[in-house]
Amino acid sequence: MNMKLIGSIAKALLLARWKQTMVAAIGVTFSITMFIALLSFMAGLNDLLDGLLLNRTAHVRLYNEIQPSKDQPVNRSAIYKNDYNFIHSVKPAAARLQIYNSGAILQALKKDNRVLGIAPKIITPVFFNDMNIHVAAVINGIDVKSESKLFYFNDYITEGVSGDLEKIPNSIVLGKGLANQLSAAVGDRVQVSNISGEIFQLKVTGLFQTGVQELDKTQSYASIVTVQKIMGQPNTFITDIQVKLKNVKEAPAIAKEYAALFEIEAVDIQTANSQFETGSFIRTLISYAVGIVLLVVAGFGIYNILNMMIYEKMDTIAILKATGFSGRDVQNIFLAIATSIGVLGGALGLLLGFGLSAIIDQIPFSTASLPTIKTYPINYNPLFYIIGAVFSLVTTFLAGWFPSRKASKIDPVIIIRGK
Amino acid sequence: MNEIILEAKEISKSFNDPVKVKVLSDITMAIAKGEFVALTGKSGCGKSTLLYILSTMDTDYEGELLIDTISMVRKKEAALARVRNEKIGFVFQFHYLLEEFSVLKNVMLPGLKLARLSEKEVEHDAMEKLKILGIDKLAMKKANQLSGGEKQRVAIARALINNPDIIMGDEPTGNLDKKNSDNVFDLFKKLSEEFKQTLLIVTHDQSFADRMHRIIEMEDGRIIN
Repeated sequence: MNMKLIGSIAKALLLARWKQTMVAAIGVTFSITMFIALLSFMAGLNDLLDGLLLNRTAHVRLYNEIQPSKDQPVNRSAIYKNDYNFIHSVKPAAARLQIYNSGAILQALKKDNRVLGIAPKIITPVFFNDMNIHVAAVINGIDVKSESKLFYFNDYITEGVSGDLEKIPNSIVLGKGLANQLSAAVGDRVQVSNISGEIFQLKVTGLFQTGVQELDKTQSYASIVTVQKIMGQPNTFITDIQVKLKNVKEAPAIAKEYAALFEIEAVDIQTANSQFETGSFIRTLISYAVGIVLLVVAGFGIYNILNMMIYEKMDTIAILKATGFSGRDVQNIFLAIATSIGVLGGALGLLLGFGLSAIIDQIPFSTASLPTIKTYPINYNPLFYIIGAVFSLVTTFLAGWFPSRKASKIDPVIIIRGK
Repeated sequence: MNEIILEAKEISKSFNDPVKVKVLSDITMAIAKGEFVALTGKSGCGKSTLLYILSTMDTDYEGELLIDTISMVRKKEAALARVRNEKIGFVFQFHYLLEEFSVLKNVMLPGLKLARLSEKEVEHDAMEKLKILGIDKLAMKKANQLSGGEKQRVAIARALINNPDIIMGDEPTGNLDKKNSDNVFDLFKKLSEEFKQTLLIVTHDQSFADRMHRIIEMEDGRIIN
């Protein structure tokens, strides 16, 4: 009841002190702007840094590890069953790196509806020969389509076209550092020798840059077929299966499940890269803390201005109470003042915060290590705007609550008789 | 005797700071509808204190207060505010107009708070009251553009807006010069005679008091006449 009347009185008091009101609102605006810009920027940075590694990492990686058999013949023998058997320097037998029965595993993974996509891979060490120089490096045999779709392979190609790997036989994409060492450019031919010393001619169709120098100096990509040819292996030969899941949080459980099901080594992304999540979490925490501190300071500003307003408007409060406004009405008037400062300042802050984020988004930011990034990263998550709006309302309401309670308790008799 | 509008039964009040001083003792009085009453006495005799108790703004007293035959004792703050809004009009020594609002809006405020009538009707009533007091031309002016006498008349119009059972005045002419004082007093008289308005006015000006229907004289916290 009477909300319209209370609103109109609050509005009149606000406008009568519009300069103070502006200062209070600007305080809220500033803090919300910074809150939004800070969080958007931090989240953008987190995404970028996580993406640097996590985008290119399989959620679950299946592979075969060469290791000595744990089950030695002497342990199986019934004769020595009750003895201690010491065996030194156990060496792995000539085991294969290949994933056994890879076709069946791929079929099974494709049917699993927790899986977003799979990319088979062959990893093999080779030598690049340039005249007398031999550079040790690794060739990754990949399925270009699924590699691009799941691990953003295209993003890292700085020269050439990734699709050429599939179209042009015996082609290769070199890391930029590796290409420099070999002084090879797109279109050139490079010589590769496999472990057995056989030499192959490959055509350079592109260069890539990941941002991690060590990778760029030692990695190269070719199609699976090309690598199988280099290794002299049949077309079922693959050494890794990279699995990307729909929900990355399930990775540890699924990795265990696959390890048991396929009798294979399986490592999940969380185990492989645990330090990344910690970093992201701390950065987010710091930005929230700074944002909240800014809002609290703005809240104190509102508190001060309302307190001052109440001292100035003692007469008004007294006559309102004398003519029939209850303490509750008076409190509502001042709460309305506080929350309208919050709503106005907050709304403007959200807009300016969006604007500031958009500006940061345009600032050039190029670094050799991040070839795909041209400007500072910004994450326009609507959640930040919702949090900002809620916080601005809550802080201004609290900042208004205490002064308005004081106003409601003012005894009109003391004011009127004091004149 | 006419219908009783305001009745005090053995009202006492003491201040406890720094020692206990009794400012009102066993005040018993009644005001009937249509009466024009002056409450007089020397400075410090407790007449203003009594008025604020009768007005329901001061609730720290012993005894019983009846307005329109309803007891005001132990009523909640919000309920008392409602009583003041509906049944009592105030005119103080100082005008207490809200400078942010126009004269018309100042007069309308208690009516809008009561919300018995629509905004349009309250506005119409307010204009009527301003006409009665001869200041309808000032309706659209801001409160701080008025002279002292005009302000006090606007305050009277504000007191009238909800057609209260009783108008209470605390030295309403105390801040005004002779001419304006007479003016305000004549308005009270007009309200009393033409509109049968009940008025209770605290004043120390004997010449005014003498021209009213009834004088209640106080001394040292007691009614002596």
